[in-house]
Amino acid sequence: MTRALINVPAKAKRGEVIEIKTLISHPMEPGYRADNTGVLMPRDIITDFICKYNDEEIFRAELFPAIAANPFFLFSTIATESGTITFEWTGDNGFSAAESVTITVE
Amino acid sequence: MVVAALLGTAAIAAEIPLSERKSGYDLMGRETRAMQDDDTANPGMLWVLDGEALWNRKAGAADKSCTDCHGDAQASMKGVAARYPAFDAARKRPIDLEQRINACRTDRQNATPLPFEGKELLALSAYVARQSRGLPIDVAIDERTKPFLDSGRELFTARQGQLNLSCAQCHDDNWGQKLAGAPVPQGHATGYPLYRLEWQTLGSLQRRLRNCIVGMRAEPYAFGAPEYVDLELYLMWRARGMKMETPAVRP
Repeated sequence: MTRALINVPAKAKRGEVIEIKTLISHPMEPGYRADNTGVLMPRDIITDFICKYNDEEIFRAELFPAIAANPFFLFSTIATESGTITFEWTGDNGFSAAESVTITVE
Repeated sequence: MVVAALLGTAAIAAEIPLSERKSGYDLMGRETRAMQDDDTANPGMLWVLDGEALWNRKAGAADKSCTDCHGDAQASMKGVAARYPAFDAARKRPIDLEQRINACRTDRQNATPLPFEGKELLALSAYVARQSRGLPIDVAIDERTKPFLDSGRELFTARQGQLNLSCAQCHDDNWGQKLAGAPVPQGHATGYPLYRLEWQTLGSLQRRLRNCIVGMRAEPYAFGAPEYVDLELYLMWRARGMKMETPAVRP
């Protein structure tokens, strides 16, 4: 089962810089390793991460095989208005996960 | 050179005074400490969440979940991991937390035991041990467990493997010094199961012990071997009074 941990402040003042943290469970198998029978394990990684704030893209990352398992992202944005922040991870073998949180801006 | 230095100090093998004990946490870098401290940055919490789901899931022929007997883990499991390994009357020896969970599975749930180092057993033990975070380690040493504690101490201080090293030579006598650029910790088992960045996953104390034994070029025991449990008991006694950190993060 895929699990994601999201940390976004529930409330913020308008114009305030807020910190966003996301952590997702994923093996990030690079595709260069052999298993204990000597057979190469196929690549299985997250390739894209997108964060949207009220449907506007505010952060995007491309991921590559050298990135460790359970990728963690920390970035910041400016709290402009109340609404929803959504997170979307997509990757190999049709991997797809999404989370969303609400934020109140006063 | 490193080996020579270790051998040179072997004569002063002595247990670390209680007041001078340090968790591996204190030897880590600022970023790794921050990762452990924040539950939304600590990857070990991913296993804790899985463990919570497993705690509430019915299993085995008895069709019972952990909750059906133990109720809310936040109350019933508080402080439990800090008391393990603990004596099990049926098995006439101490068993560790993973073995306790599997004993429950076979005896109460009529389910197959979970494999050691499998995701499910790690998740359940992380979830149970998480309920003891911040509580002092307090294993019961009495006439029943004392022989196993002594056997654990013997394993800790006995030289083994092609390098002819003992656990104590690194973790009692040379902690704080460097081994291949990384500080040698005192080896207190305060945060297991823990997330090692090197493993890129959560692992048990037995996996850690296995790593060290292979590092000494000795032959590791099979998972669940009594020798590991005796060592675990000694390590927990050695860390008595120190606070549980599960799920800890280590480099």
